[in-house]
Order: sequence, then C-alpha cells, then structure tokens
Amino acid sequence: MTSTGQAAGSVRRLAGALHRRPRLRLSLLLGAPLLWLVVAYLGSLAVLFLSALWTTDSFTSEVVKVWSAENFSALVSEPLYRQVALRSIGVALAVTALCAVIAFPVAFYTARVAHPRRRPLLVVAILTPLWASYLVKVYAWRLILSAQGPLDWVLAPFGVSGPGYGRAATVIVLTYLWLPYMILPVHAGLERLPESLLDASADLGARSWRTFRSVVLPMVLPSVAAGSVFTFSLSLGDYITVQIVGGKTQLIGNLVYSNVTLNLPLAAALGTVPVVVIVLYLLAVRRSGASSSL
Amino acid sequence: MRVNPTLRAAAACMALLAAAACGSSDSTGSSGSPGAGGFHPPHLAARSTLGKPEGQVNLIAWAGYVEDGSDDPGADWVTDFEKRTGCDVHARTAATSDEMVSLMKTGDYDAVSASGDASLRLIASGDAAPVNTRLVPHYKDVFPGLKNRAWNSVEGVAYGIPHGRGANLLMYNTRKVRPAPDSWSAVFDDASRYKGRVTAYDSPIYIADAALYLSATEPGLHIKDPYALDQKQFDAAVGLLKKQNADIGEYWSDYLKEISAFKTGDSVVGTAWQVIANLAKSEGADVRAVLPKEGATGWSDTWMLSARAKHPTCAYKWFDWIISPKVNAEVAEYFGEAPSNARACDESADKNLCAVFHAADEPYWRKVHYWTTPIEQCLDGRTGVRCVPYAKWVQAWNEIKG
Amino acid sequence: MRLSRPARIALRTAAAVGFAVIYLPLLVVVLNSFNRDRGSGWPPPGLTLRWWTAAWRNTGAREALWTSVAAGTAATAVALALGTLIAFAVQRHAFFGREALSFAVVLPLALPGIVTGIALNSAFRTVLEPLGVGLGLFTVVIGHATFCVVVVFNNVVARLRRTPGSLEEAAMDLGAHTFRVFADITFPLVRSALVAGGLLAFALSFDEIVVTTFTAGPGVRTLPLWIFDNMARPRQAPVVNVVAAVLVLLSVLPIYLAERLSSDTASGSRI
Repeated sequence: MTSTGQAAGSVRRLAGALHRRPRLRLSLLLGAPLLWLVVAYLGSLAVLFLSALWTTDSFTSEVVKVWSAENFSALVSEPLYRQVALRSIGVALAVTALCAVIAFPVAFYTARVAHPRRRPLLVVAILTPLWASYLVKVYAWRLILSAQGPLDWVLAPFGVSGPGYGRAATVIVLTYLWLPYMILPVHAGLERLPESLLDASADLGARSWRTFRSVVLPMVLPSVAAGSVFTFSLSLGDYITVQIVGGKTQLIGNLVYSNVTLNLPLAAALGTVPVVVIVLYLLAVRRSGASSSL
Repeated sequence: MRVNPTLRAAAACMALLAAAACGSSDSTGSSGSPGAGGFHPPHLAARSTLGKPEGQVNLIAWAGYVEDGSDDPGADWVTDFEKRTGCDVHARTAATSDEMVSLMKTGDYDAVSASGDASLRLIASGDAAPVNTRLVPHYKDVFPGLKNRAWNSVEGVAYGIPHGRGANLLMYNTRKVRPAPDSWSAVFDDASRYKGRVTAYDSPIYIADAALYLSATEPGLHIKDPYALDQKQFDAAVGLLKKQNADIGEYWSDYLKEISAFKTGDSVVGTAWQVIANLAKSEGADVRAVLPKEGATGWSDTWMLSARAKHPTCAYKWFDWIISPKVNAEVAEYFGEAPSNARACDESADKNLCAVFHAADEPYWRKVHYWTTPIEQCLDGRTGVRCVPYAKWVQAWNEIKG
Repeated sequence: MRLSRPARIALRTAAAVGFAVIYLPLLVVVLNSFNRDRGSGWPPPGLTLRWWTAAWRNTGAREALWTSVAAGTAATAVALALGTLIAFAVQRHAFFGREALSFAVVLPLALPGIVTGIALNSAFRTVLEPLGVGLGLFTVVIGHATFCVVVVFNNVVARLRRTPGSLEEAAMDLGAHTFRVFADITFPLVRSALVAGGLLAFALSFDEIVVTTFTAGPGVRTLPLWIFDNMARPRQAPVVNVVAAVLVLLSVLPIYLAERLSSDTASGSRI
C-alpha cells in the first residue's frame, strides 16, 4: 500500500514538475524524434549530398575523397541529364494531373453521393489495392498492355490498339499505382464540406455546376494539392515501374540507380535533382494553404 | 554522422592505393597473356589450409544458384550442404553484376557468384581474395576451358571457382523474322525491319555485342577483343547502338520480362540466353536461338571469396559442394546453363542437358567472348593506346538509352 | 448537396468506371494465379489449381511473410511513438523551428525511396561497420520507421487540431495531473487516429521495396524482396500471383476493422 502510495506520489510530483516546466516537457517530447529525424535521417542525407562532391576511381569504383564539383558540372553540361530530368518531371506532372481528374468524380461519389452507410466500405475499397504488392500490380499491367493482351483485346473492336510499352504506359501504370493516394485526401476534403454551404449556394440560385465551380472546387483544392504531393513525388522517384513497362524509357530514378553501385558520388549528384524539385513542390503546396491537409 | 577521423583517413588511403595499384602498371603487366589483365591487384595470399567450419556462410548469388527448396520444393541443394557441413547458408540474390559488386563491398558476405563483368573489379578493389584451388577437390574436374581465364585469375593466380557458363545468343520469332537470321545484322543493320520489336540486354556490357559485330563487319576498326576498345572503336560501337535504339522496343534484364515479350510478340528479335529460348519454346512461343556467324558474347560465373570473409572455411566447403558433379548438374539444370564440372553431364536428370547447353562443345565456346571488365590497360595486349574503362561504358550506356 | 439527375448519373458512372479501373488489374492477378502457363500470356490457355498448392507449400513465401510482418510491426511501433511525440509538440507547443519540423517530417516519404535508401545505406555502413555490426532486420526497421513517422504524425496532428485543448484544461482544473489527463482524456481522443495512422504505416512498410533493398542484411528477405527474387525466375511467377491474390483478400479485413474504428475521424487525410 505505502509503496504504491509513494509511487503515485512521485508520479504526481513528476507530472507537476512537467506541468510547471513546458520547456522540459517540450524537450522530452522532441528529444527522441529530433535525434531520429534530424540527426539520423537528415544527417545521412547531408552526408550523401556532400559525397556528391567526391569522385570515384574509374576501375574499382572506390570513392576517392577529393573535393570537386565535377559531378554537378556534368549535371548541368550533359544534355542527357537535363533531358531525362525534364522527362521525369513531365511524367510526374502528367501522372498527378491524371490522378486528380480520375480521383475527383470517384471521391465525390464516395463522399457525397453514396449512401452514408456504405461510405466506410467504399473507403475500404479504395484502400485495398494498396495491399496488393506494387511489383505484382506492375507485372499485371505489363500483361494488360502487351501486344494482343487484354487491353488490345478490349480495344480491337474499336479498331485501335493499346499504347504498348513506353512513356505512355509508364504514365498509365504510375497513375494506377498512386491513385488511392489522391482519392483519399480528396474524399476527406469533400466529406468535410459543410452541407449548409452547398445548400446556401443552391438557395442563391446556383445550379450544380456553378456550385461545384465556385464553392466545391476552391474548398477541395488544398486536398488535391495534398494528394498531389504523393502522386508527384512517388512518380518522380520511381525506377522500377519504368523498367517493367517503360520500354526503353529512362527516368531520373533509373540514372540514379544505374550509378549507385559504380559511382556513388554521381548517383548522389543525380539524386539532388528530384530532391530539389520535390522540396520546391512541397514549399509551393504549403504556400497554397494545403499544409493543414497535408 | 561522426566518423572516426583515423578510420576515414585509412579508408581514403585504401581507395588511393587501389587506384594507384591499377593505374601505374602499364609497363610491366600488359605484355603477358590476356589473363594477365595488365594490372596488379592488392597483395593478398590464398589460404593454405582450412579451419573448422564456422557454422554459417553468407552468399550473394544470381537467382536460382542457391536454392534451399523454400521457393521451389523441387530445387534444393542447400539443405544437404547444411546437414553435411554444419554451415547455415544465408543467401542474398542480386539482380545485376553492379549490385553484386556493391553488396560485396559491404563486407557482410563471404562469397559471390560473380560474372566476368564484375570479377575483375572485385579483384582490383581488393574485395575478392585469391582462392587456393587445392582446397577445392572437385576443381580438378572443371572444364580446362574455364580455368585460369582473364575474368577469374590474375597472373596465373586463381581468384575463384567456375560455376557455369552461357552464351548471349540471337533469338528470333520464327514466324515474324524471315529468312532465318544467322548474323547479328538482324539486330543492327537490318533492325529497322522490325522497328519497335527489337530487344537487347540492358547492361553497359552490351556495348561489347556491338563491338563484336563491328569486328566482323568493319575490319578497318581492327577490333580484336570486344572488351578492349580504344576511343575510336568504342565510339563506333556506341554509335551503332544509338542507331539501334530507334528500333528497340525495350531492353530486358530479367528473364521473365523477355519470355513474356517474345510470347506476346512485343519483341521478335534480340539477344537471349539458351534457357530463355527453352522456356519460351516450352510455353508455346515460336522462337529459335542461334549462335550467329560472328560469334557471341557470353558469361561465365565464378564463385569468389571475399577478402573480408568471416566464414572462409564454410565458403570453401560451399565452393566444393556447388561444383560437385551432382549439385553442379542440378543447379545448371535449374538455372539453365552449361555446368562447369565435366562429370556433371553424367549426373543430370535431363540426359540432354550437356548437349542442349553445349557443355563440352569446345569449338562452340571458342566463338564465345566471355564478359570481362574493360579496363584502361587494353586486355588484348596493345600497349600504345589506352582503352575505355568500364565506368565510361556505364555513362555511354545511359546516353545510348537517352 | 442537391444534384441534378443527370449529374448524379454521370457521377455514378464515373465512379463505377473508376472502381473498375482500380479492380480490373487485380482481377488479372487473380486470374493469372490460375493460369496454366508459367509466364503470363493472354488469354490464359487453361486453368489450374497447381500454383495454389505450390504456394501453400512454399516455405520461402511464408518466412518472407513473417519477416515482413515483423519489420512492419516494429516500424509501426517506432513510427507511432515518434509520430505522436512530434504531433503533440507541434500542435500543443509553440517553439522555434516548429514549421521547419513539420516540414522535415514529410521529407522521408516525399523524397524518392532510392535517395533515402542510399543515404541510409551509406550512413549505416560508415557508422555501424566500425562497430562490427552489419545490416540486418533492424536496419530495415529503422529505414521503414523513418518514412512511416509522417503518416502517424499527419493523422494525430489532424485529430489534435480538431480537439480543443480546453478539454484537457478542464481536466486539469478538476485536479488531474499531466499523465492522468493523457490517459483519461487525450489518449481516448486520439486513439482512432493512431489506429488509422498505424495501419497505413504498416501497409507502407509491408509493400516497401526500394528502401528495403538498400537496408536489408544477408538472409533478410521481406515479402516484396521475395516477390522481386521470384519474379526474376520464370518458374515462380505464378506462385507470386497466388501470394498477391491472397494478400489482397486478407487485407480487406484489417482495413475494414480500422475503418470502423476510425469512422468517427473526419478522416483528416489518412495519408
């Protein structure tokens, strides 16, 4: 009895001390996460990007720790890298746009049209494909897009054929893979829209389309921006999908991957490209006010 | 990221030493046999005796080389090994030679089944140690054509145990590609006839295939060895591949991808391994694989020992096990390649194994130029010029793909 | 929202098409698991249950599944702890660098997996190797936890934003101490957000391949690595399809339960 009493007392004292010292409380809250995130993660990133300033021995691919801006100047001067970087950004933007266009009606249905009792089930239906392995899905698409495959089979009566393997196939498959990441935030954003606002718009005489354009769209845009962070950044860094369905297409991820083992400094320099693009994109999205839904 | 400064300095010195070791040797080593390679690896001695098995061995291997029945109950040559030697096998499959090199550099692994485009790199960087073949009793039965070659030895010192080999053949769809091709021109000069349906192996080492073709068609370039290309020869090969790129449908790197492409007709002509041709055919694809008149590139895999192996005895036991006739036949049959042990031919379940894969067909293998890491010192013995090293091949390969 | 009849029909159709696009490829996976051919071909020449029996007997897949479950559970646990701590700090305290922190926390998920992977790989090697510690399962857990933190953080922060601090203040006014308030008031409020975040974190870890490739030690094979290995072997591809089909079927249950548990969250972006 006494010992538990004492324990309870010391817990109370500790709680009191914590309550009186918000700084202490804060540092206890932040200590472990900061150590992990800032020291371990950002530290590793920083070292990696510093190593971009090194070079490698051309035969043994050992890193030679002599400072030089060689890799970064190659990044700028080599037309190949510029071309691939632009292509990758183009693919990522196309995927994001396609995801947004497809996600909107689906999310609108699941969040506002479907019977409220069925909504949780629909959310499950959106989440489920995330559990099917990424690789398996991509190989399934490889089959779907193959010559005389299911897509050609469906399209044949219309006298057209599928795009075959290549850049278009890459965009299609990446859109498929990341679509749930767009539908979910848009669904959440639409769910949050107060009914009264929509009613007010209708009372003021706005038709469905007008309400959609002037009320729904502006209010859901931050959610789309939040979803786009995922679709954009996941597409920009991908290198496996493009290997499987991209035909001979190369994206920035492939260049990084092909250099990782032999020329880590160059791979690190190439890696800065998507990192810079994504950080800029994130900053732009935050600025647009999506930070609250991100 | 605090790193012990002495350690860091030591690491830098090691790197510089390795660079110096292979950069300052043009006068001495280059005139010998092609196997001499023209560089001196770091001095490491092979073991003369084996200790007690350490109870574990960590391997890096191609998919299908180290099977314990867990993925395919029909393929299991690890369990018996573990029972006999007490060495638990931990295997990591690697998808590319480059991945093998980087995994070896971690020091976590004892041995690797390296192809020729990785082996010299591992030797030069000091990641692979010499192997005392006397400690591997079954080595005596290995085909002589695989012993002490440019990719598995330096200056007569063996750096590994040959595992098996295969050629990069020309495979084509017998209905779409007519007349039946017997030359690599099908994928180079005539590739435009199959625009968007040509396939090629997705690796910088594929540049050697173009060089091999040029050695036959452009005698003015004087290409003797497709892995020893001076700048002019290299540029010609790269130019040929850039032209080919317009007709390529996709590059392949794993066999599933290529089999499916040939089955669906997405690819109709390109390089392939014998096993791919066999599997595609068994699934009803109309394909045939041939060794073209110019010869072909090929691969010969070698089990190499890490210089930092923590379980060397178990690694040696593994080497002997994997080339013992029965196991060597099993693995060759499963993976689809020619076994390295001559006696394996009598042990295979499929009595045609050695015939199908040309295991003992030396004239066949004489037309095959095995993957070797290109280095600055020309491997064909030329001394007046510098050859283009592999790192440049990698860059060029990225450029070819665009 | 009052929608016109045509608008309703259009939305319904669009949603139906959307769901069809999401599910048809999965159907192809399931169909392929019965395909008589080894390599995939269309249309399947015949159906067989062979691959299902082969998958059932496949111990490699089962081991890989447990490795994945272990890695996912550990990574989720770490992510839950760290993500919640950061969420509380950011939402209930004002401090220098708060904005920067809530930005930095998103980075591990937003930056390409390959960059995160090689950064962690070289860090592990420089820091752990001198200590004689190699890569193993725990390095995979560290890698996964790093990018899982953000999904927990997002869920908890969204919940805290909607939960006024006044409830906690009221409890304190009534004499409850900090820990008491947490156990009786705060935790029940964020519990469902934790479930939703934890589940998504687990799912992310479960299907991660790139960071795993760079952080797994010898003998450590998660399910995606197993799939990658086996996809490269023509003999095994159909077995992989079976495993994938099973995973999809099995995953419905936990997701549905979690959705029920957290259906009261105005789903502040579950991602």
